[in-house]
Amino acid sequence: MNQKERRKERLDRGIKVRCDGIYALMSLKEISYLVLPRLLLILVLLLAPILIPGHYWERVLTIVCIYGMLAVAFDFLSHYVGLVSLGGAFFVGVGGYISALLNTHVGLHPFLAIPIATILGALICTLLLMPCLPLRGVYFAIATLLYPLLAARIIEALDIFGGTDGLRGVSGLPGKYTPVYVLIMAALLFIFGLRRLVNEDMGLVLRAVKDNDQSVRASGISVTRYKAIALFLGALGSCFAGAALVHIYMWAGISLFALDFSILPISATVVGGIHTLVGPFIGCLILVPISEALREFGTLRIVFYSLILLAFIVVKSEGLLNYAQRKYHQFERWVEV
Amino acid sequence: MDIAVYGIVNSISLALVALGFALVYGISRLPNFAHGALYVTAGFLVWSFLRALALNYVLSIVISVLITGIIGSLIYRAILIRIRGMAISEIVASYAIGLAIIEAFRFWGFKGMTYTLPSFTKKTIVIGDVPVDGHRVLVVVLGVLVMGSLWAFTHYTKMGLALRGMAQDERAAMMLGIDSDFVALFAMGLGSALAGISAVLLLPLGNIVVEKGYDVLIQALAVCIVGGLGSWAGAIMGAFIIGFAQIIATAYLGAKFQMVVSLLAILFVLILKPSGLFGRQKELEERV
Repeated sequence: MNQKERRKERLDRGIKVRCDGIYALMSLKEISYLVLPRLLLILVLLLAPILIPGHYWERVLTIVCIYGMLAVAFDFLSHYVGLVSLGGAFFVGVGGYISALLNTHVGLHPFLAIPIATILGALICTLLLMPCLPLRGVYFAIATLLYPLLAARIIEALDIFGGTDGLRGVSGLPGKYTPVYVLIMAALLFIFGLRRLVNEDMGLVLRAVKDNDQSVRASGISVTRYKAIALFLGALGSCFAGAALVHIYMWAGISLFALDFSILPISATVVGGIHTLVGPFIGCLILVPISEALREFGTLRIVFYSLILLAFIVVKSEGLLNYAQRKYHQFERWVEV
Repeated sequence: MDIAVYGIVNSISLALVALGFALVYGISRLPNFAHGALYVTAGFLVWSFLRALALNYVLSIVISVLITGIIGSLIYRAILIRIRGMAISEIVASYAIGLAIIEAFRFWGFKGMTYTLPSFTKKTIVIGDVPVDGHRVLVVVLGVLVMGSLWAFTHYTKMGLALRGMAQDERAAMMLGIDSDFVALFAMGLGSALAGISAVLLLPLGNIVVEKGYDVLIQALAVCIVGGLGSWAGAIMGAFIIGFAQIIATAYLGAKFQMVVSLLAILFVLILKPSGLFGRQKELEERV
């Protein structure tokens, strides 16, 4: 062989290696290497409502946070626990309907109705999905896809909870900046809470459930119990998003079970970067404003996310954040073989 | 008697709708979630040829079925082949394709009640004491014919035997010189053409609406899951179970419960026996 072959070698940056152990954090440079990316996201989110004023952008940011929580929950469930749920809309619908019912029929203030709906909704979702938990892979995905469809058809057929008209007269969140900041704080808490959790002991078990559930079972740990706990945690975020959504739109209806709430979070996860938890939120930060801008094109929006989703699945399945992380932590060079 | 006659009609229609999905899944283990979209596409193609281009009805049906088959194989060649084997990506990608097609039709104005196809005959036939319109009888006859010719195709032609070989064991089939990519491509084309055939037969019974795309997908899933994913005989049995269950639910509970019954049927079967009533049990692959 006369021709020299080259290949790309990828190495961790020195600073990354030094920062891996907590004791190595001695200089400001190393601390900022770790803290800056995280701080960047937090600051951007907290300052965004002040820097970009206007009711329209505030509304967009609120919706970004709502979809962001759904996407983070999807990423957590599918890439850390192995429960690929195609029916994110079910959680949104359950949370939303409970909060709307508590508000209109019992007369609770939104700030009381939303937390109750979050916890109660997550419990109900976990109990309803419990029979499906032993299912794996495709079977679980198909089963969850059916839940929102079934819920919508049952509400329609039995004509309960306002039937096809939905529940009107849900009270909105008071205050000018309250809704947007409540959602930003909740989203940040959810993202960083889950990121912490997946590195704790419980997170190890959850990841093991995804990678090799038989070995978890062989270690005497109940797989279904851990799946149920993970599902409850994921449902907490999604039900909160649903409950908040109802109070922002001041209306609850069958469209809470609509496909938008299942498909956009999945697209955002694929675009933002799977298995990162923050990536899906960044994906929403990109996709939601674009989709709001396209609102006048009606259903073409759904075509648009489907195409983005396809392009990323086929061409760049790792997503943006995984790519960025690789560039941040590693450098590449050509070596001769 | 009503229930028996309409049950059989409904079951055959469901079997037709599900056949394409079952075929593709059986051969290449590819859950084609764009099935419903292809069904709607065939319907609109026939309508366009018939109304906009004023072609002969039979000719436009043949062309539309062929085009649907070609679209299906193009989807496979361009997109799905790159993610074969990754079950979840396959579902998400094919579902995204389906959504894109359906919502694009909605955007281009194919919505509402204005799109209908003429039925094949106007006659009404009385079976026992139940009057059934001729088109439904034709659907049953043609449906049985389609299934019969598919059976003959997979048992007596070389290509059909290759399809079955691949469905049974892909590696062994490759060792015997069967080009698995080509067979999968062909299967996807055939499955899409079957979706087209079922659309052509069933759409004259109602309006062509984009929402049918989602309904058809759910019906096909229901039938295949109840019968057992990947089992063709199971799909036909599943169609009869769900078909009769739907008709009985409509007769005693009301038309709104028709869809609830199929959804509940899928859920119960998935929870109790994920491989379906007639599928081969693969305990470790499907549950913990």
